[in-house]
Amino acid sequence: MAQAAVAPPKTSSDLIARFGGIPLAWVGVLPFFLFALLFLVLPSLSLFTGSFTAADGNFTLQNILDLSRPDIVSAYTLSIQISVVTAVLGALFGFFIAYALVMTGVPGPVRTSMVTACGVASNFAGVPLAFAFVAALGRTGFITQFLRDTFNYNIYDHGFNLYSFLGLSLTYLYFQFPLMVLVMMPALEGLKREWREASQNLGASSFQYWRYVALPILMPSILGTMILLFGNAFGAYATAYALTGGRLQLVTIQIGAQIRGDVLHNPGLGYAMALGMVVIMAVSILAYTWLQRRAARWLQ
Amino acid sequence: MKRSTVWGWFWVILGVLYLVIPLWGAFDFSLRAERDVIGFAAYARAFADDDFWRTFIFSNQMALISIVISVLLIVLTAYWVQLKLPQLRPIVEFITLLPFVIPAIILVFGYIKLYSRPLAVGPISLLPPLTNTDFSTNILLVAGYVVLALPYMYRSVDNGLRAIDVRTLTEAAQSLGANWITIMFRIIMPNLRAALLSGALLTFAIVVGELTIATFLGRPAFGPYLQLLGQHKAYEPAALSIASFLLTWGAMILIYFVTRGTETQTTGAH
Repeated sequence: MAQAAVAPPKTSSDLIARFGGIPLAWVGVLPFFLFALLFLVLPSLSLFTGSFTAADGNFTLQNILDLSRPDIVSAYTLSIQISVVTAVLGALFGFFIAYALVMTGVPGPVRTSMVTACGVASNFAGVPLAFAFVAALGRTGFITQFLRDTFNYNIYDHGFNLYSFLGLSLTYLYFQFPLMVLVMMPALEGLKREWREASQNLGASSFQYWRYVALPILMPSILGTMILLFGNAFGAYATAYALTGGRLQLVTIQIGAQIRGDVLHNPGLGYAMALGMVVIMAVSILAYTWLQRRAARWLQ
Repeated sequence: MKRSTVWGWFWVILGVLYLVIPLWGAFDFSLRAERDVIGFAAYARAFADDDFWRTFIFSNQMALISIVISVLLIVLTAYWVQLKLPQLRPIVEFITLLPFVIPAIILVFGYIKLYSRPLAVGPISLLPPLTNTDFSTNILLVAGYVVLALPYMYRSVDNGLRAIDVRTLTEAAQSLGANWITIMFRIIMPNLRAALLSGALLTFAIVVGELTIATFLGRPAFGPYLQLLGQHKAYEPAALSIASFLLTWGAMILIYFVTRGTETQTTGAH
């Protein structure tokens, strides 16, 4: 039927035929919008309405107000701390590696292998990643044993613990910095040679070039990617759960416990926690898009 | 050697060490399953477990179904938007970015809240509770995976479509008498080979070891199996971690070769 309706298209306005009152052209995007409605929008909306519903079914703001409970505030604080720390460190480390790959005389094959490795690592998360870190930095891990046997230094006697803030941060960095490398490389390649030459002609030192030309141009990309890394860590559940079980009370871990069995003793509060996460993620994505636009001004 | 080159090597080597040491640790550990012997016993035992194959095959099936559905859905939508409804592009792009705002744990939380009861508008019941049967829970699982893959698949397909002249191809096919099915499957999709393949491989890498959605929907997938195995075994989980790393690595290498092909093609066409 669709075929008959659009068979002789002369101009694009002819393509719009009517199909039971709906312009036929809309039929093609119907499956997508139906899918998005059923499996993305409605589930999110149902959490949203759930956060404003009391146990008796009436409207309430109590769940939102209860987010200020000390245990919930500390969960958000911990999640935000770990996301900020791994985003900043990941961005710095990733930036230097991207810089090394683009700007210094590292040979092509090394560069290509590193890019592929970063592609793998930025997608290597969850249970296998957690196990790899246990095998490396756990009590009987590879590095732990190496340091103990070679330097007679047991990191576990000196306050290190893989199942802690530091340990989880090191694990998150495994997928954080490679993502930064992948995003920063095109941005660094976008720095035009003329800009450097122009600043040199005007007598600028290398430091001045970076301080007044390159970094200001790159700053939106750097900050934007940092936000991306923040969201990456903030929404992570599988890696944290596989590594620490329930020991670190992140927001995602608490929501997981709430799904398993109402540990907050108030379903509405669980929905409110989820809503809080979505709000934080939405704000960061908005900031990210805004920064992307600024970055596009100079880097094409 | 120039100072900047030394500095460059310093950061690259540091990065390589960070990426390699944990994997080397896991690999080294996985070889020591038998006392005083270096060998692949842990791999043999891990692969001999029936549950491993059951969950691994299940996850692969779910990945395959998710890939097919998301390819059909995204190609149809992106093609249609490009050809006929360009005014919808911002809305479609916005929707494909939503999965970044809604993490997997929130998504599955929403599914459980919404679909563990009958879906009803007022007194009219539209859907029975989807979490009641294995089959309908699998629908939710696949839907979740399609959502997780949405940003990557859409970007990949959209870039692919921008590189070809959709309107000319469509009009040429139509004037030769092709119908929409022919245009879709014999004109558009073959031209998007590289984009579809890289989107599919990325989806596969994301989905096969996925833990969050599968756990909370209670499906016997590979991610939950591996997590459970980690709680009472030592060497087999390390072996399987290495195996899944190799799987991800294989997928990424394939993506690299597939997309490199398109880049040379586009520069060739210019």
